[in-house]
Amino acid sequence: MAAARADPIMFSEFLQYLFTGITIGAIYALIALGFTLIYNASHVINFAQGEFLMIGGMATVSLTAMGVPMLLAIVLAVALAGLMGIALQRLAIAPAKDANVVTLIIITIGASIFIRGLAQLVWGKKYHVMPNFSGDEPIEVFGAVLNSQSLWVLGVGAVLVAVLVYFFTRTMTGKAILATSMNKDAARLVGIRTQMVLMLAFMVSALLGSIAGIVVAPITFTSYDIGIILGLKGFVAAAIGGLGSGVGAVVGGLALGVVEAMAAGYLSSDYKDAVAFSMILLVLFFMPRGLFGAKVVERV
Amino acid sequence: MIVKLSEFRLKGLVFLAIVVFALPLFISNPFHYSLATQIALIAGAVVGLNLLVGFAGQISLGHAGFFGLGAYFSAIMTSHYGWSAIPALIVGAFGVGIIAWVVGRPILRLKGHYLSMATLAVGFIIAIILNNEREMTGGPDGMPVPAFDVFGWELSPFGQYSLFGMDISGDLAWYLFAGVVLLVAVWLAQNLIDSPIGRALRSVHGSEVAASVVGVNTTKYKSLVFVISAVYASVMGALYAHFQGFITPAVAGFEFSILLITMVVLGGMGSTIGVIIGAVVLELLPQVLADFQEFEMVLFGLILMLTMIFMPKGLLPTVANFLAKRRSKSAGGDA
Repeated sequence: MAAARADPIMFSEFLQYLFTGITIGAIYALIALGFTLIYNASHVINFAQGEFLMIGGMATVSLTAMGVPMLLAIVLAVALAGLMGIALQRLAIAPAKDANVVTLIIITIGASIFIRGLAQLVWGKKYHVMPNFSGDEPIEVFGAVLNSQSLWVLGVGAVLVAVLVYFFTRTMTGKAILATSMNKDAARLVGIRTQMVLMLAFMVSALLGSIAGIVVAPITFTSYDIGIILGLKGFVAAAIGGLGSGVGAVVGGLALGVVEAMAAGYLSSDYKDAVAFSMILLVLFFMPRGLFGAKVVERV
Repeated sequence: MIVKLSEFRLKGLVFLAIVVFALPLFISNPFHYSLATQIALIAGAVVGLNLLVGFAGQISLGHAGFFGLGAYFSAIMTSHYGWSAIPALIVGAFGVGIIAWVVGRPILRLKGHYLSMATLAVGFIIAIILNNEREMTGGPDGMPVPAFDVFGWELSPFGQYSLFGMDISGDLAWYLFAGVVLLVAVWLAQNLIDSPIGRALRSVHGSEVAASVVGVNTTKYKSLVFVISAVYASVMGALYAHFQGFITPAVAGFEFSILLITMVVLGGMGSTIGVIIGAVVLELLPQVLADFQEFEMVLFGLILMLTMIFMPKGLLPTVANFLAKRRSKSAGGDA
C-alpha cells in the first residue's frame, strides 16, 4: 500500500529530472553540433563556441531592453553572432594555417577571452534576465512541472536539427561542406571553394550556438561569462558522441543532459558536473573515439 | 652534435641562474619579490608540463589538477594533522604520481582532442572534489596554509633571516629558495631530455607508430612522462601553497590548467627556457594590463590571439629563428 502510494511520487520525481535533463541536453546537443560542424570542416576544436551562445542571449536581452521588438532582436542577435563566426574564421583561424593542434586551441581560447572581454565592456558583469517566450505558466504532466520554455528549447532544437539534416543531404552548399570535411584536396579539385566552405561552417556553427543561447537564456539567465561552462559541456557532449558525428552530437548532448540531471536529483547537485566528466572518461575508456566516432585507419 | 646540444642546454641553465640571482639587484619591494617567487614556482610546474607537451607531444588541459592536489595535500596534512612541510610535500608528490599513473594508463591511449578532453575531465573532477569536501579543504572559500618548515625552522615571507652573514628579508629568502628550486627543476628536466628516456619521448613525438616499430615501448614512456610532469606540478603546488599561506580550489581549476598550457605554447613548446619565458610573460601581462582596468580582458585575449597567430612556434623559437636568419644573412653579406 505504502509502496503503491510512493510510486506516483517517485515517478513524477523521475519525470521531473528527465524533463530538466532533456531540456539542458538539447542545448548541449546544439552546442555539440556547432563543435562538430567546425571540427568536420577544419579539424579545429573551437573553444570559443560557448561565446556564440553568450552573444545570442546577451544581444537579445539588451536589444529588447532598448525597445526593439523581440523577434527583430532575435534576428539581429543571430546575425551578429553569424558575423562573429565569420570574423573568427577569417581573422583568427585562417591566418594561422600552419599552426598545430595545441596552438589552434590556444588561439580559440584567446578569441573566447577577447569576445568575453568585449561583452563585459558592452554589457557589464551583471546577470541579465530574459522573460519566457510564452508566459510563466508551467505545464503539469503526471505530477511533474514542465516549464513552457523547455518546450521552446526542444521545439527549436528539433527544427534546427531537421534544417541541418536537410542542409547537408539536400543542398549543394551542405554537400560541399561534407565533401571538404572528407577530403579537402579532392573537394578543391572538383571546384569547391574550400576557404568559403570553412567560413560557412564557422558561420552556421555560430548561428546554431546563438539560437541555442537565446532559447535557453530565460532558463539559465545570461551573463558575459556564461559561455565558458556551456561551451565545455558542449565539447564533452561532442566527445561522448564521437567528434565529427552529427548523430553522436545529438545523442551525446541528450545523454549528458539526462545523466547530469539524474545525478543532481538522486546523488548530489554539488557533484553533478563531476558525474558529467566521469561519464566522458568512462565512455572514452571503452570507446576511445566516442559512441559514434568514425573508425579511422591511420596512414603512417 | 650531441655535445653541442648539451652545451647549448648548459648555456640555458647558466643564463637562467644569472637572471635568477641578478634579479634582486633590480627589485626591492616585497610585492615584486612575491610576484617573482610566484612566477618561479609556476614556471617550475610549466617546465614539467613541457616535458609532456613539448617533448612527448601529448596534450594536458587538466594539469592544474595535479598542482592543486599537491597544494591541498600539503595544506591539509600540515594544518589538520600537524605534519612537517617536507614529508607532506614528498608523500603528496608520491601520491600524485600514483594517481597520475593510474589515470594516465587508460587516457594516454587516446589521441588528439580525445586526450585533451580526458585530461580536461580529470582536472575538472579534482577541482570539483576540492570545492565540495568542505570539512577538509574549506570549500570554495579556500583554507589557510602554515608556513614552510624545515626541521623546525620556518621559512615565511614575513620573517627575517641571515645568509652568509647578510641580513635578508623573508620575501627575498623565499624568492631565492624558489629560484633555486626552479634551477633544480630545469636541470633535472634537461638531464631527462638528454637521457635515453628523452630520446624515446622525442621519438614518440615524431611518430608514435615509427617509435613503436623500432621497439620503443610508447605506452610505458608516455605514462612515465605523464607521471613525471604530474609530480613536478604537485611539488610546485605544495611549495606554492606554503608560500601563499592561503589557497582556494582555483589552483586546481580549468582556467589555471589553460594558463599552464598556454605558457608552454606561448613560450615555445619543447624549449625549457622558452616555456619559462612564457610563464613570466603570462604572469606579468595581467599586472601590466591592470592599468587598463575594464579593457584588461579584451587586451589579454587580443595579445594571446595575435601572438599565437603570428608566432605559432612560440616566442623564444621565433625570436631565435629570426636572429639566426639575420646572422646568416649578414655573414653571407660579409663573404
